[in-house]
Amino acid sequence: MSHSSDPVSPEGNESPAATSDTESKDGAVIILFFIIGLAASMVVGWVVFPTLLYSKKYQPVSFNHTLHVKEVENGCQSCHFLRKDGTFSGIPTLNSCKSCHESVQGETEEEARFVSQYVDRNREVPWLIYSRQPDCVFFSHAAHIVTAKMDCVTCHGHIGESDRSPVYEVNRITGYSRNIWGKSIAGIKHNSWDRMKMDDCSACHVRENVRQTSVQTEKGGCFVCHK
Amino acid sequence: MKVDRRSFLAFGVGGAAGTALSPLPWKLTDDLSIWSQRWPWVPIPKDGEIRYETSTCTLCPGGCGIAVRMIGERPVKIEGRKDHPVNQGGVCLRGAAGLQYLYGPSRVRTPLKRVGKRGQGQWARISWEAALSELAGKLKALRNDGHPEGLACITGKDRGTVAALLKRFMTAFGTPNYFGPATSTHALETAVRTMTGQEGPVGFDLEHSDLVLSFGSGLLDGWGSPVRVFKAVSHRIERHAEVIQVDSRMSNTAARADRWIAINPGTEGVLALGMAHVIIAKSLYNQQFINQFAAGFDAFKKIVMADFTPDAVAGITGAAPGVIAELAEKFSQAKRPVALCGRGRGMVPGALSESMAVVALNALVGGINQDGGLRLLPDPAYISWPEPVMDPVALKGNQAPRLDGAGDHPVFSPATPNRFFDQLRENAARTPAILMVAEANPLYTLRDTQAVEKTLKQIPYLVSFSSFMDETARQADLILPNHMFLERFEDVPSPAGFSRPFIGLSRPVVAASYNTRHIGDTLIDLARRLKGSIAAAFRWTNYETCLKETLGRKWDGMLKNGYWMNTAASPVSWNTLFKTRSGRFEFNGEDMAAPPWKSIHVAAAGDSSAFPLVFVPYDSIRLASGSVGNAPFMTKTVPDTVLIKEEIVVEINRETAGRYHLAEGKKATLATPRGQVTVRVHLSDRIMPGLVAMPTGLGHTAYDDFLAGKGVNVNQLIGPAKDPLSGYDAAWGIRAKITKA
Repeated sequence: MSHSSDPVSPEGNESPAATSDTESKDGAVIILFFIIGLAASMVVGWVVFPTLLYSKKYQPVSFNHTLHVKEVENGCQSCHFLRKDGTFSGIPTLNSCKSCHESVQGETEEEARFVSQYVDRNREVPWLIYSRQPDCVFFSHAAHIVTAKMDCVTCHGHIGESDRSPVYEVNRITGYSRNIWGKSIAGIKHNSWDRMKMDDCSACHVRENVRQTSVQTEKGGCFVCHK
Repeated sequence: MKVDRRSFLAFGVGGAAGTALSPLPWKLTDDLSIWSQRWPWVPIPKDGEIRYETSTCTLCPGGCGIAVRMIGERPVKIEGRKDHPVNQGGVCLRGAAGLQYLYGPSRVRTPLKRVGKRGQGQWARISWEAALSELAGKLKALRNDGHPEGLACITGKDRGTVAALLKRFMTAFGTPNYFGPATSTHALETAVRTMTGQEGPVGFDLEHSDLVLSFGSGLLDGWGSPVRVFKAVSHRIERHAEVIQVDSRMSNTAARADRWIAINPGTEGVLALGMAHVIIAKSLYNQQFINQFAAGFDAFKKIVMADFTPDAVAGITGAAPGVIAELAEKFSQAKRPVALCGRGRGMVPGALSESMAVVALNALVGGINQDGGLRLLPDPAYISWPEPVMDPVALKGNQAPRLDGAGDHPVFSPATPNRFFDQLRENAARTPAILMVAEANPLYTLRDTQAVEKTLKQIPYLVSFSSFMDETARQADLILPNHMFLERFEDVPSPAGFSRPFIGLSRPVVAASYNTRHIGDTLIDLARRLKGSIAAAFRWTNYETCLKETLGRKWDGMLKNGYWMNTAASPVSWNTLFKTRSGRFEFNGEDMAAPPWKSIHVAAAGDSSAFPLVFVPYDSIRLASGSVGNAPFMTKTVPDTVLIKEEIVVEINRETAGRYHLAEGKKATLATPRGQVTVRVHLSDRIMPGLVAMPTGLGHTAYDDFLAGKGVNVNQLIGPAKDPLSGYDAAWGIRAKITKA
């Protein structure tokens, strides 16, 4: 269809040059709007959304892992140990802290506050747990650190070398820590500890060729972790 | 630049493309799915170090050892103690749901004083000091008037130190009106006492018996110590033992027994005597026992041979003469047979002669204090306090006749609480001024609920010690809430039917959740306020020291093990067993004017032409029918052949239903001489024609939304029937009619 050579266009009386000029202008506007829409939504999706999704919380007491690791003999397991029945102790209770911090030991403000607010009042510290998984997940530390001989860093990263507690970012929708999804909103993972979603568990289970059925129920698949 | 519709579309398309290229939709989808798993009402158990606290369950007379799983100070689960001789690791449905009683909404959280009308549920929260001084004031006034016998007490337990303290309080105060419970256990013990002279608990050696013949006892429906009995019944296969169930409907027990003998309800005792006839006629009885250790056998034989011939018994029971003979032969030829009594869970004592007939049947085959038989246990008699010294007021008060009429009958029965209400109806002038109710709920558990309620309302001042807002507590003027069982110390002697001398220890696994107090401490405090001889009878500083002193040398071991058991004691031999004046087993009981067998067949009350059917209540392990009702989890397990939403379902034979044009699941009106209710019907082949069966344990009007208003309380429909020998309630059912609604 090459009507442009025809001086009398059946479609209108505007000159061909004027038509093409208006069309290209219109096209540019459309593309511009497309790009604005694209850019705006990308900004919303990549920047605004993550900012809105997570709220920042701070630990009740900023904890210096570096300092404590130096003081204990058995590394992480000095405080985060397996109990006799095989369950994991998690974050130490106030009783463990008390064995040293009955009174103020050092000169930091955080420690003084910890002693006056928690030790003196015999109140448990409401620590925020970065690695807390949903309750529907059955996770055994014993299976991972004793049977599979994994180290703490593989999943928890270098938290043991930190000198203050990182900011705890809580997902406003799920209520879980950002550490589960990972810092990268795109879910990009560089280190094994960057993300702890279900796929990460199963990828490792498949890769390491671990038993694919539940020890308790002999059921396969989901039942390994979801009892 | 012209901004038109197309520009907006372009913006939208760009936005959509950009959104798809951003993590937003994917992350949001994931988050929303996790959010949907975190409803605020989904409980998430506390995490932490697990430890176990051991105690003894007191929710029923079973006395099971429990291990309470604790996280921190919070109990999270009740399990059975694996090293406990009674339940050996098992726990029943109710025990497993026991924590719901601790945290449930029906707990009474502080002393309450009634402010509205009776039963309206309007209370003022008051302090313990105010509550106790009010009660002490009322009690003092009663004694000042010279009528301490105007105080009465109903309790649901009559063993152990708590019951003994209550009884002591009543005696020291000056009133004989202390009424313990009356169940089939009490009827059996009364029967054994009159036949053997032996006071004390009676056990059944089910674990070693090779033939268990149950006369309607719900072995799998909560009879005796339920978990122990479950275990004994399920392990019978390995022992090559047999269970025969006599029952008018196919109860859970009958369904799982090796054999089910269907007979007319209420005729179990007659069947036992019919079997005795065959055993005697064929000389299948234990010659040595009868010749050397029994008395009254000839009189017994004479009556049984004349009145209980297989044909006569068949006519009453509905069991064929051949079946009766076969049963008798099987029972007498077994190596270690045992016959059991107590219908269903044994909540109702029944006629004394029924229990006596079953004891006589055991005696005929020499099955007393033998392996696998009926065991007479020595009374653990560890409560040996000096008798309280009574002042003149108390001495005079204690002379007054008992308001429950116990003792007016040929055979003394320790308590007949049903008679208490009957007597008050007959003679309102005898109404006590104050009634205390402890661990009992007469307004729910006693027959003829409407009449009991009316009578209860006559009593000017009602005090409840209940931990829960039950039917009786709701009518009270004052509630002095007791700790619930996980919060208190208590001795739990002689688990029902257990075959060894045994005392369990219940101890607090958790600190009291509310402003409640141990009933023992409340009584000691009250006694102190009443001063004089009453205070002198209660010298203990508190209940715990009283318990510790009472158990004496047993205490340390009990704290360590959770129980005391006399493993060394072997059953006393026949030579020295019988404490009757003759020194022998008395077949017809001691001190009877005539052999007791005439009263064995109790007919259902009511006119058979107006009420052509017979109504029978039945017990189920899923429904707690005692003073404390179901925990919510238990009711969840009740099938829709028992309860549909709020409506009770009665079981009726298909053929009988056809006669009354009743269809499955349809509504009907069930009427008895005592009351009328709307029910739904379940047609079944597992029940004899002519019967209408309804589960016990439903129809609560108090407690909480989990329990109140569900179904019908069978006691609304049945009245008590007085056993002429003992005064016990002998009613097993009542006549009824059913019509299409």
